[in-house]
Amino acid sequence: MTSAPGGREIAVVAFAQTAHRRTSDELSEVEMLMPVLHEVLDRTGLKTADIDFTCSGSSDYLAGRAFSFTLALDGVGAWPPISESHVEMDGAWALYEAWTKLLTGDADTALVYSYGKSSPGSVRDVLTRQLDPYYVAPLWPDSVALAALQAQALIDAGDTDEPALAAVAARNRESATANPHAQLQGAVPQGDYLVQPLRTGDCPPIGDGAAAVILAAGDRARELCARPAWIRGIDHRTEAHSLGVRDLTDSPSTRLAAERAGAFERPVDTAELHAPFTAQEIVLRKALRLGDDVHVNPSGGALAANPVMAAGLIRVGEAAARVHLGASDRALAHATSGPCLQQNLVAVLEGEPR
Amino acid sequence: MSKEPVAVVGVGQTKHVAARRDVSIAGLVREAARRALDDAELTWADIDAVVIGKAPDFFEGVMMPELYLADALGAVGKPMLRVHTAGSVGGSTALVAANLVAARVHGTVLTLAFEKQSESNAMWGLSLPIPFQQPLLAGAGGFFAPHIRAYMRRSGAPETVGALVAYKDRRNALKNPYAHLHEHDITLDKVMASPMLWDPVRYSETCPSSDGACAMILTDRAGAARAPRPPAWMLGGAMRSEPTLFAGKDFVSPRAGQDCAADVYRQAGITDPRREIDGAEIYVPFSWYEPMWLENLGFAGEGEGWKLTEAGVTELDGDLPVNMSGGVLSANPIGASGMIRFAEAALQVRGQAGEHQVDGARRVLGHAYGGGSQFFSMWLVGAEPPDS
Repeated sequence: MTSAPGGREIAVVAFAQTAHRRTSDELSEVEMLMPVLHEVLDRTGLKTADIDFTCSGSSDYLAGRAFSFTLALDGVGAWPPISESHVEMDGAWALYEAWTKLLTGDADTALVYSYGKSSPGSVRDVLTRQLDPYYVAPLWPDSVALAALQAQALIDAGDTDEPALAAVAARNRESATANPHAQLQGAVPQGDYLVQPLRTGDCPPIGDGAAAVILAAGDRARELCARPAWIRGIDHRTEAHSLGVRDLTDSPSTRLAAERAGAFERPVDTAELHAPFTAQEIVLRKALRLGDDVHVNPSGGALAANPVMAAGLIRVGEAAARVHLGASDRALAHATSGPCLQQNLVAVLEGEPR
Repeated sequence: MSKEPVAVVGVGQTKHVAARRDVSIAGLVREAARRALDDAELTWADIDAVVIGKAPDFFEGVMMPELYLADALGAVGKPMLRVHTAGSVGGSTALVAANLVAARVHGTVLTLAFEKQSESNAMWGLSLPIPFQQPLLAGAGGFFAPHIRAYMRRSGAPETVGALVAYKDRRNALKNPYAHLHEHDITLDKVMASPMLWDPVRYSETCPSSDGACAMILTDRAGAARAPRPPAWMLGGAMRSEPTLFAGKDFVSPRAGQDCAADVYRQAGITDPRREIDGAEIYVPFSWYEPMWLENLGFAGEGEGWKLTEAGVTELDGDLPVNMSGGVLSANPIGASGMIRFAEAALQVRGQAGEHQVDGARRVLGHAYGGGSQFFSMWLVGAEPPDS
């Protein structure tokens, strides 16, 4: 059982994010991140020195240089020296590492952040570098083309059709009208095929952004937040890399992670799904057995803003923020990594009864 | 609720070489993982989660390679985490994996770190282009040489100390079948006659560029009780980070390193590291970092580290052996180098270090650092479980 093995209660107590935009030419990663770090600390009244553990997620391939995360550390103010770690993954996995650190009892508070700037390069091409370097990457199959394979597999299986995909896009972007951080809001034309059967409307906006979360344990969480979002369970699982050995219409790793996180023990009222492409929401809803009564992506999800490396952490942050506000009592957050939902994380967050 | 004690029950390494052209990246990591499983007499099915680390993705030209490596490491259907904390990553990766056991999230975890430097060119991967850095530095040596000179000036160490370290480590490597460099005809004169690369660092005082991987199996008390060979017990572990550059930064003896060591010693109940620790595997990519880190880690007073080296204290048969395996100076698959330090420390206290075994080693330190002397990760392992 992965949920709370040490019996220690841990909660998300604060969340902040940038306004996600197509480009942030005038800002370095550190400059983009700094206001978010200040905001998330301000929400709790904590200072850098009060944070017991810091963990971040980012990718050198987006930044275009080795050790790009070292500059972000300068922005944290790591002096005197801090207990700190970094994953070359979406920030949701940095949150997972911080959760384990708090479980050990070595830390009571943790700062988790992640960021990504897709604007300097062609993110479709950059993501091809994630693929098997000997047999697949030399062919440069880009992220939209791979997502289109998945969408076509779903259509062929009778699980969806193009109008249903368009409805997913419209619903997410309609929800995003209430999210001031979103990059795409309201009615967005489905547009032409980018890679058939995916139209531009089925694809996420390309943009830059950052997010930060503060975790705290037990009574410390209650001091820092009126209604902490308790992490009742969190788990992540990976699948085979080769698309040829996977059933792209299903996400067994999401289902297993959800089981381990206790997601199926009781229904959730809200779900923030990291589905950059419309068809992936269909796959995830099925794997997570989400009924029509579940409020999916009140933030607009990754179809409204998809800063790569931060978009997963933002799902956890958005779900937690709903709990903080009293808009949700039990929310599911999901993050993904790799081509066609290869690796997936599920967290279940709960507020105390009101 | 107290933490679950963490034991190392399996260690596996590849033979580190300049270029493993016979295997893919997947083949390289699987070889190390397979050897760690064999050492622990476990199978892939016994592993609950995989924690993998490596230095920058540019070193192989594969973005987030753990995605592609999931199959090779038996991770399908399991949790897989990828750590990257610069040169300290091999150590940090082991500590992240250890936390999964300590927090009782998992019972048995495979942790692995690798670098396949022959796929790319690390020196230029480390030489950042404008606008990130002024075009004055070439590789890590160009960055660290000025700080070594600062140490020499500050401590008054004689210029021969660096060569002594290199001569010792390269001789130790002859006793380690996994070391990259096996220079059977090495002499002190040859080290001192080698070309100057980044004054005062000579060619023979510099780490090689290696392909290699290192893996460990970490487990809880129940797992340790089933282990076929003596486990190494984690007595303390810590990470510390500080910014790259700031007014007042001490590059010679960074505070993050001092704080990290102090945290490890506190956890392990060590009050006099020089007396209570039987050996150390320290991340020494350039010879002079041995005396520098001896001071930073509290094994010697300020300005006194070089005296230990000069007096032979850090030799394999000395009072405080350092880098019994030959160290980073004899094998440097960058991302794995920190984990090799951690794993070699574990081999020593398990009595499994072969020809480079220190007799009666009960407590041994594993150390790694990275970035601009700003990221530190360390653990102390012992032959006896904590609080026993």
